[in-house]
Amino acid sequence: MIQLDQVSRTFEVGEQQVLALREVNLSIAAGEYIAIMGPSGSGKSTLLNLLGLLDRPSSGRYSLDGRDVTGLNEAESARVRREKIGFVFQFFHLVPRLDAAANIALPLVLAGIAPAERKQRVAQLLADVGLSERADHLPSQLSGGQLQRVAIARAMSMHPALLLADEPTGNLDRATGREVMGVLEGLNQRGATLIVITHDQEIGARARRRIVMEDGRVISDNAA
Amino acid sequence: MRLVDTFSLAWGTLAQQPRRTALIGLAMSIGVGAVVVLTALGEGARGYVLEQFAGLGTNLIIVIPGRAETTGAAPGVLSGQSTRDLTLDDANAVARIPWVNDVAPLNVGSAQVTRGSLGREAVLLGSTAPLLTIRHMHLGIGHFLPPGPSDQALPVCVLGDKIRRELFGNANPLGGWVRIGDRRFRVIGTLAAQGQQMGFNTDEVVVIPVAAAQQLLNTPSLFRILIEARGRAAVQRVKEDTLALLKTRHEGEADVTVITQDAVLATFDRILTALTLAVGGIAAISLGVAGVLIMNVMLVSVAQRRAEIGLLKALGASGGNVRALFLVEAGLIASLGAAGGVVLGFAASFTLGRVYPQLPIVPPLWAVTAAVATAILAGLLFAWLPARRAAKLDAALSLTRR
Ligand SMILES: Nc1ncnc2c1ncn2[C@@H]1O[C@H](COP(=O)(O)OP(=O)(O)OP(=O)(O)O)[C@@H](O)[C@H]1O
Ligand SMILES: [Mg+2]
Repeated sequence: MIQLDQVSRTFEVGEQQVLALREVNLSIAAGEYIAIMGPSGSGKSTLLNLLGLLDRPSSGRYSLDGRDVTGLNEAESARVRREKIGFVFQFFHLVPRLDAAANIALPLVLAGIAPAERKQRVAQLLADVGLSERADHLPSQLSGGQLQRVAIARAMSMHPALLLADEPTGNLDRATGREVMGVLEGLNQRGATLIVITHDQEIGARARRRIVMEDGRVISDNAA
Repeated sequence: MRLVDTFSLAWGTLAQQPRRTALIGLAMSIGVGAVVVLTALGEGARGYVLEQFAGLGTNLIIVIPGRAETTGAAPGVLSGQSTRDLTLDDANAVARIPWVNDVAPLNVGSAQVTRGSLGREAVLLGSTAPLLTIRHMHLGIGHFLPPGPSDQALPVCVLGDKIRRELFGNANPLGGWVRIGDRRFRVIGTLAAQGQQMGFNTDEVVVIPVAAAQQLLNTPSLFRILIEARGRAAVQRVKEDTLALLKTRHEGEADVTVITQDAVLATFDRILTALTLAVGGIAAISLGVAGVLIMNVMLVSVAQRRAEIGLLKALGASGGNVRALFLVEAGLIASLGAAGGVVLGFAASFTLGRVYPQLPIVPPLWAVTAAVATAILAGLLFAWLPARRAAKLDAALSLTRR
């Protein structure tokens, strides 16, 4: 499903060049469950952003579902994000003025789906993450775990094949974190490819495949 | 993304910051309101002046001896030409031109008018019966000059209201005698009090037959010939025919000037319209100021909402979607402001109309439309830069908390 060939990403900070990714080769099959680990600044988020088409490699080639997506223009990559990729973030990133249901509906709104169908899908998604009772609650009225479950429901609203989570439990206590991971793993079991960045060894151990990064390189990959 | 959803998302953001929205809207309102009320005033002034002119008769054509203009004429016409006088015969000939309704020759002078020991200086108008209708004068009591051949110097006169009061007081002036210069005239009528009318006070005139005036003033010529055309459409035709006729009568010399009330009216119309436009334009500058305000606020807003913009992009919004959101937001504020401004402008115009009832103060539709369009356009134009900035925001970067 995912194929990275010699992908590098450099950032220019003033005069300096920061090599966030150095010639990474990676191949991921559909339906995999992967944990990305490694010290801070090793390039995990950079890798995930590239996979999610929020960023572009400085060199190398990225193909998704057999299609070269390296050179897609802005509108095309927005479309791919909309249709194939779901994001979950450490800081939830819910829109504070929208209630849970409206937050979950955002990708559907962006995709231009009709209100009637939106409503139906959102109700189902809320039920899937066990928040049917909280549909009209604002983010400020929800706990961390609930916020992250809303975010997961939102990520799933377009039934993406690829689910990318950058430290989804980073702001949650251990028990809530486990709970949230349970929801994500449930989605993986239903077929979604799940890639999770985590600093938590216990969570990392639950993934079938573990990729460890250091200094912009993949230094260990238990599938390779 | 559906248009309705774009609007409702943009509206949500605006509704969340009601004070900010209201303040920018207010700035727009003031601009639009200013344009509306100032153009209403300008149009009111224009309407007032046109009305005054129309009171004098829009079908009026005036023949003046001598050429008024020098531009465009052949050099020979300019110097050493003795201008022929206008005569009663000229006036009679003009009366036979088709599409002419009426003609009144006119002589103007000033003379001492006395009755017994009472006397005063008055403006002497020598003319014929049609003068009354051509100049839209109103008769008080009695009769105006009798119709008949214009070369008969009948010793009769019609007194302006003020002259009547000063010479006769409360006594009935009809049939009374007054002395004008060295002749005696019988009073056959008086004019109604009309007051000042475009710089000409009919209350202080004495009207006598034109032939009598020529004898009194000792002149064979006329001061003006006043012509009334049959309807506005005939004015231009009558003007040309008059010029041609007088040219042949004056041995091929085009030595008269013919002005039409229409032309004067058109000039005033142009001047006052230009004035209205200028005033409206100056008011429109405030719309630009409001636009700059929108730009500023939107730039701040883009900076504050980096994370939200990044999120929308991660969820599949294209740069175009994001740009549309910000433009719609600006467009909504501007439209709200414009609507408020129209209300404000109409309210102010209504109030002014109450204060100055003689001015027809109604905001002109074109100005209202232009002001609203300018406001919305300014809003969108000035929001373009912030919207573009938002659209180009690096999603990965704006989602990270650094
Ligand atoms: N937009 C950027 N501009 C400049 N440098 C960047 C940018 N994004 C990332 N970097 C640099 O690239 C390197 C990798 O960053 P990245 O965020 O991928 O690390 P990470 O593994 O996710 O770290 P953490 O565990 O702390 O989240 C770091 O040195 C970082 O400073
Ligand atoms: Mg990171």
